[in-house]
Amino acid sequence: MTEPRQGTAKQDEDAPPVQTFLRYTHRGAPGLADTVFEVADLSVYYGDYEAVRDVTMAIGRRQITAMIGPSGCGKSTVLRCFNRMNDLIPGARVSGKITYHGEDLYAPEVDAIEVRRRIGMVFQKPNPFPKSIYDNIAYGPRVNGVRKGLDDIVEEALRQAALWDEVKDKLKESGLSLSGGQQQRLCIARTIAIKPEVILMDEPCSALDPIATAKIEDLMHGLAQDFTIIIVTHNMQQAARVSDRTAFFTADVDDQGVRHGRLVEYDLTGQIFTTPSDKRTEDYITGRFG
Amino acid sequence: MTAVTDREATGAPPRLVGPRRPLEPAFRLTLLVSLVIAVLFLVILLVYVVTEGWPRLDARLWENFPSRLFPERAGAQSAIFGTVYVIALTAVFCIPIGVMTAIYLEEYADRERWYNRIIELNIQNLAAVPSIVYGILGLGIIARGIGLGITLITAALTLSLLVLPVVIIAAREAIRAVPNSIRQGSLALGATQWQTIWRQVLPAAVPGMATGAILALSRAIGEAAPLLLLGAVTHITFSPASLTDSYTVLPIQIFNWIKEPEAEFHTLAAAAIVILLTILLAMNSVAIWLRNRYQKRW
Repeated sequence: MTEPRQGTAKQDEDAPPVQTFLRYTHRGAPGLADTVFEVADLSVYYGDYEAVRDVTMAIGRRQITAMIGPSGCGKSTVLRCFNRMNDLIPGARVSGKITYHGEDLYAPEVDAIEVRRRIGMVFQKPNPFPKSIYDNIAYGPRVNGVRKGLDDIVEEALRQAALWDEVKDKLKESGLSLSGGQQQRLCIARTIAIKPEVILMDEPCSALDPIATAKIEDLMHGLAQDFTIIIVTHNMQQAARVSDRTAFFTADVDDQGVRHGRLVEYDLTGQIFTTPSDKRTEDYITGRFG
Repeated sequence: MTAVTDREATGAPPRLVGPRRPLEPAFRLTLLVSLVIAVLFLVILLVYVVTEGWPRLDARLWENFPSRLFPERAGAQSAIFGTVYVIALTAVFCIPIGVMTAIYLEEYADRERWYNRIIELNIQNLAAVPSIVYGILGLGIIARGIGLGITLITAALTLSLLVLPVVIIAAREAIRAVPNSIRQGSLALGATQWQTIWRQVLPAAVPGMATGAILALSRAIGEAAPLLLLGAVTHITFSPASLTDSYTVLPIQIFNWIKEPEAEFHTLAAAAIVILLTILLAMNSVAIWLRNRYQKRW
């Protein structure tokens, strides 16, 4: 479990690079053949403040991509661009481009609600709804208009989230009665239930103890068979353990003393943690900074 | 510091005796006295009213109608029914409007816009407008302007206007108490804003809203001032049967009885006060029960 997931990453290295994609490839994302997202020169603003500047990266299909970096480096901000959760913050806007299977996520005709039905999200603090376990899972399908077969959807989602055995006898109990780790797996199950293609995870384990964290990491390996996962984490060991690729962000201070988040390096996780090409990455992962 | 280390050095046991702190018990006593003053007057009021009204606290009170000539036969049925109808109607008018206003202000309004800020400020000011002013408004606009006349519905609409700001403020607080993580969780699953409000925010906020609304209505139930202008003063010897009937309410009936010179009417007034207080306490109990029953721990 402490080994980086080199298996799938190796295959990608062997895969032929796709020409159209190369334009967006950040240095150190070699041969990412099958991409879900392509991000080009993305900047995110809150009002006049440029929180993240010029991010260019691609996210591989059915891979786990980790985003690491010190606080305030904009990694969560970038994550929230992928399902347009930043739309909910007044004054937030983006420049540059994010495409999802070639389609511009921020095109005027794109409906943020449709986006979120395909790109699910798990939050830092487990946030089960104050409803039963069953209703927590069934909520997503229900708001998407599913009326039939909910029992099967709920069971399948809970099984995929490795929670079924623990809760199958108490589906009517409140989701809030579960432990923190179970609540977070409930939230993952809730996201799986709408069958998204991508799951965004915003520091999903930062409120959990090591045992619960280990369970979620195991779960992520399984989920990567079916889903594309992007995880923001403070925990470098976690990034090393779970991810295929790692993006290292940091905050630059400009001439006016304003901090802007930046993508420093994006590469196979093994590369980032053994032979990073940027000094700042090396300093961060060796604990000299951040 | 040095004293401590000295003692440690010499091996003497540490001393834990502190200075006297006379302010601590004095402060505690002051708080206690304030509490006693507040509660004492309430108890005196209750005891006084119940002992005064006891001789007439019987079935005659709610079975009979007011009588100016025979205090021993007089009752307050028309006023009791009037009060219940007026408050029920007030609830019907003010709760939906109040809740919808609160949803708009909390979930949709952009707080940066000047007009939304003016609306917010005004709602808070409206909650402090004296009730008699609402009576004048009701008389001028609802009774005469719209032409609903001096009727039950005019009274209910006027009281609705009176308590609406309080209902809005309470509902807003209940909505604000729903953590944002719930909204985000819902939106992240592809729910629309309306689905999020209807299926997550409102169910979680209903207990708080209901508590606030009941407390607002129990303020309205004791109001006499606006209704003095709206015809509740008339001597009514029948219970209202339709929205456009004339009516009276308990506070006005109490006021009328106290004005009478005979002592029997004063006893009657005390008995009616007990009835009014009972309705009030019952409503507040429901509010407290609701609050405790559905208290959410996030």
